[in-house]
Amino acid sequence: MKVTVDQGLCCGSGNCVMLVPDVFDQREEDGIVTLLNPEPAAELHGAVREAADMCPAAAISVDEGK
Amino acid sequence: MDDNVSLDFPLDHPLPRVTALEPPREWEALRERCPVARVRLPSGDEASLVTRYHDARQVLSDPRFGRTLSAPGAARLSATESGGAFSGEMSGPIPQSGPGHERWRRLLNRWFTARRMAALRPGIEEMASRLIDEMIGRGQPADLKESLAFPLPVWVICDMLGVPDSDREKFAHWSDAMLSLTRYTGAEMKEAGAEFAAYMARHVDAKRAEPADDLLSELIVASNAEGQGLSEAELVATGRALLVAGHETTANMIGKMVAMLLADRRRWERLLADRSLVRTAVEEALRFDANLGFGMVRYIDDDIEVGDTPVRRGTTVVCDLAAANRDEAAFDGAGEMDLARSPNPHLSFGAGPHSCLGQALARTELQAVLDVLLRLLPSLELAVPATELRRVEGLLVTGLREVPVTWKES
Ligand code: HEM
Ligand code: SF4
Repeated sequence: MKVTVDQGLCCGSGNCVMLVPDVFDQREEDGIVTLLNPEPAAELHGAVREAADMCPAAAISVDEGK
Repeated sequence: MDDNVSLDFPLDHPLPRVTALEPPREWEALRERCPVARVRLPSGDEASLVTRYHDARQVLSDPRFGRTLSAPGAARLSATESGGAFSGEMSGPIPQSGPGHERWRRLLNRWFTARRMAALRPGIEEMASRLIDEMIGRGQPADLKESLAFPLPVWVICDMLGVPDSDREKFAHWSDAMLSLTRYTGAEMKEAGAEFAAYMARHVDAKRAEPADDLLSELIVASNAEGQGLSEAELVATGRALLVAGHETTANMIGKMVAMLLADRRRWERLLADRSLVRTAVEEALRFDANLGFGMVRYIDDDIEVGDTPVRRGTTVVCDLAAANRDEAAFDGAGEMDLARSPNPHLSFGAGPHSCLGQALARTELQAVLDVLLRLLPSLELAVPATELRRVEGLLVTGLREVPVTWKES
């Protein structure tokens, strides 16, 4: 799995960080998303998909790859 | 589908309800037959009501839709001459779209990040425990709204802003007036708005003179740094907006969440048996709430299409988030409350660039309250049948008037 985020779309809701703090973070100065780990371990895949589905700004993309 | 529901356009928005927790019967028919419907607002002006999930999401995410209803052709919301909260001075000085809004958002976001909210959580739980203990001490039946749902978020947002929560009766009055559709006259709304603005201006001055460890003080300091911060008028408006947005919606949501969970006590028992469901239960309560309020209002200056429906330039659009949250096209078993639903991309915090600034805080408060209630009052029950709960009427934000509860003395 490969995760990407679009900081231009992100509104800083923090929901992805609440869901998967090992993968997502927010910049301290403006709350915009940053990626801690673009290739998360398998046990986090479910939570990462949930974060992508629930992002209010559709700023998270998940490439399931192979 | 219920073909017996008659739709007489323009419908009156908000639609009337049979009981407090049930959605209006028209929603399903509207989503099916007339997803962009002509409605009449309390002001008498007409607007287009959007009830499908994907349409609402499209409108909220499209930057061509503005939030400013001060455009000459835009509909007025409330029955008063000025038109209510969104066209008045409440939103006035705060930039409503484009780069100005983005700058304002990014300046404020830092106080509402997930990690900051996680740090607040122990304090919120402690306050919730204290309020519940006091409620138990006063005896039953109790009004959970007055004892817990209202004071908790007021305390949290006052603490963040650095204003005294002993003024909460004043805030409650001012914020009701600012969010009024039909309850207050134009003159009353104006007067409350002016008092509130004067109160907040005094606070901003006091913080300027003597900065403390709170959001307003830090914003002022940041605003003194060259060219980055907020003007005096923006600071005052931001303080008011945060105080109102920070307590009214959350207070109502705590009350409605507890009422929905107790309305069918199997839901409460499921949570007692499995506390790990608290997070998804909170999201589902947000989705399932049929009383999210008036809806999100937008104005379009272009001819566009919403879904397959053409919408003309100059139309005021109201996205009914609660109706969208019940759309079967987006949620399996949308009419059922499923406490384990995941993912749950509900629209209760909006979507797109204006999606709720305080959602991490709201989620933290809702989860904390539910956790503490399950722990301290597992025997909690509604003291009246759910069908007898009464809604607050005449405001943009809706909730229950009271949430009467009982419990077993231990
Ligand atoms: C359960 C509680 C809450 C609900 C259901 C809720 C809902 C919403 C919704 C739907 C919007 C979008 C408005 C639009 O699109 O026009 C919004 C925006 C906003 N909310 Fe909340 N909210 C809640 C709690 C809070 C809290 C605790 C705060 C904290 C201060 C807050 C502050 C704001 C602000 C400032 C905006 C405007 C954001 C912008 O324009 O960029 N809200 N909220
Ligand atoms: S959920 Fe989306 S909008 Fe919210 S912080 Fe994460 S990327 Fe940004």
